[in-house]
Amino acid sequence: MTALGYLIEAISLGVLYALIAVSVGLVFGVLRQVNLAQGEVIAFGAYSLWMLSGLPAALQIVLCFAICIASSLVLQLVVFRPLRGASPLTTLIVTFGVSYGLEALWQIIYGPNGNPVTVLSMLNTTAIGGAIALRWITLVEIGAGAVLFSGLYLILFRSGLGVKMRAAAEDVATARLVGVRVQRVVTWAFVLSGVSAAVVAVLSTVQTPLITPNFGLTLLIVALVGVVLGGIDNLGRATAGGFIIGFVNSLLGSVLPEQSLVFLPSLTFLFVIIALLARPNGLLMPRRAGVERV
Amino acid sequence: MTGSAARSSLRLAAELGGPLALVGLVALVGANLSVAEQANAVNVLVTAAIVVGLYIFVGNSGVMSFGQVSFVAVGAFAAGIWTSPVGIRRTTMPDLFGFLATPRLTNLESLLVAAGLGALFALLVGLALMRLHGLAAGIATFAVLQITYNILGFWGKVGPAATTLSEVPVTTGIGQSATGCAIAVLVAFGYQHTRSCRELRASRADPLAARGIGVSIFANRVVAFTLSGAVCGFSGALFVHELGSINVDQVYLDLTFSTLAMLVVGGAQSLWGATLGGTVLGTVFAFLTNAESGTTVAGLHFSLPNGLSTIIFAALLVVALMVAPTGLARGRELFAVALRDRASLPAAAGSSPEGSEPVRVDSTASTAGVATLDVPGSGGEQDASLAVADPAGVAGPSAQGDERR
Repeated sequence: MTALGYLIEAISLGVLYALIAVSVGLVFGVLRQVNLAQGEVIAFGAYSLWMLSGLPAALQIVLCFAICIASSLVLQLVVFRPLRGASPLTTLIVTFGVSYGLEALWQIIYGPNGNPVTVLSMLNTTAIGGAIALRWITLVEIGAGAVLFSGLYLILFRSGLGVKMRAAAEDVATARLVGVRVQRVVTWAFVLSGVSAAVVAVLSTVQTPLITPNFGLTLLIVALVGVVLGGIDNLGRATAGGFIIGFVNSLLGSVLPEQSLVFLPSLTFLFVIIALLARPNGLLMPRRAGVERV
Repeated sequence: MTGSAARSSLRLAAELGGPLALVGLVALVGANLSVAEQANAVNVLVTAAIVVGLYIFVGNSGVMSFGQVSFVAVGAFAAGIWTSPVGIRRTTMPDLFGFLATPRLTNLESLLVAAGLGALFALLVGLALMRLHGLAAGIATFAVLQITYNILGFWGKVGPAATTLSEVPVTTGIGQSATGCAIAVLVAFGYQHTRSCRELRASRADPLAARGIGVSIFANRVVAFTLSGAVCGFSGALFVHELGSINVDQVYLDLTFSTLAMLVVGGAQSLWGATLGGTVLGTVFAFLTNAESGTTVAGLHFSLPNGLSTIIFAALLVVALMVAPTGLARGRELFAVALRDRASLPAAAGSSPEGSEPVRVDSTASTAGVATLDVPGSGGEQDASLAVADPAGVAGPSAQGDERR
């Protein structure tokens, strides 16, 4: 593969993690809580693709979206609403507990060895051959990311909902005073987070067509690191942080000698430590900027 | 002895006696169980020691750390390698560094060395990372865990890499695990009565105010992190001598989150909470895990389907935190409220505006909203309260002061 091929692969992986970062950042923006169970929403979506494998691809994908949105809303109702006012650490541990329990549930229901998903498998074929050697899914990921990020931008900056969402993220009390129905805004944040999770579920199962019980948590943890790296206080920077972690991970993987590839996580996390030491509030946060959250 | 001094002594006795009594209770029950069931009690005690190690840093500083299990891992592998037979080491780990390949330590030496290595590793990490706060600190310590896991899992020069380290002498019985856990409790208790710890707790409550009166948050965090690393390394040695073998997955994410969960469910801001969480949740988890292979309760034999114990444990964890978000101990030491030194409440309390809350002066500090600090020149007994914005320290300064959604 040429340098251009590696670069495109890196962008594609960056987009995937940026999408996960969006789903974490949206909820954090309005609730100031980290949702470690978001990975299981992605996993549930991915398992639904496996369970619905007899149906036409379009229907599978639509149902996957419905399942991700529904499970995201259930999380809000069952976990986040009762924990209103709890410390961030408590919520972190509770959402971990949910994730831990669901992972065990996937293991009981679907088994520990992984299940193959064949939806959109034609995207796993070569799109550009020769030295560049790219699969269709790599290009589709970049395209899907561009569409989703543009849509999100329009929602947040060109719609009434976006104004309310940004207002609630900035100052919930004042937002309430000026008539924003904060609960509705929170619900929309979970809906959008579910949509983002569904996109990730579809794209990542095409890219790696085997779902294991720890599928969601593994993806989420790396993205969460990226979110903090970019700056969790701002959705745009958090998303860019997700992109950076995926991009750096992929790029480091392509330059490391093959026998050292096993140490790729060490290098990536060393990069994270150095970046956080240099810019503790986030790699992309302006040094003297006020806090804007969505 | 004045009533005030008597209360103070009683409070100290309860603060230390409560956790030690729990450890003793688990040991006593464990000693009267069959050999197979005794292993569960040993595991509970070792896990509780790790939770106490976590508490020393996370509880006192309010800074989230996902990295303490790295020190458990280093302690476990160091103690395991240095006590396993040299011949076995040569066969199963031919690439080991020379200093790991040949020396053979006794059980006690391995425990001490593990504690020392845990402390040294934590000191190095602490010096680099303790200027971070909030989620950045949490993620940076998580990165340390990932790097430790990756290196231990793949580098044959420092351990068995992807294979299991075996033939480690099994020396952590009920006596050693109880003693080890009691030592962890004593260290935590001794530390939380030092000036450094009180300053750290003050910085947990209000970093700006603490800095304003000359507290070095960085130095105090490094001290707590290092001490926590020592206890975690020591607990890692107990852990490997309990199991007789170890692989890197046993000292990774599951242990990190389960011990953190125990700390939070028990109550992260008090030693009593940490010990309660470690022993109670440890016992529940041991019971549920056993139930998967069949157990008898009140003459009734039953077994759970494989994997169900994890789901029940997770559900209990979630429910416990929803019912008591500040933990079972509610952030207090045992009997801290009943034995509160009312005499040391400011005399002004009587003349305070009608209906106003008296100032809390609990010297062990520990409620969710209050931490304490020695006031210079006050003789050390009179504590000043500082308001807390983010007791867990997770949200970071930017999130402080937000109205909860």
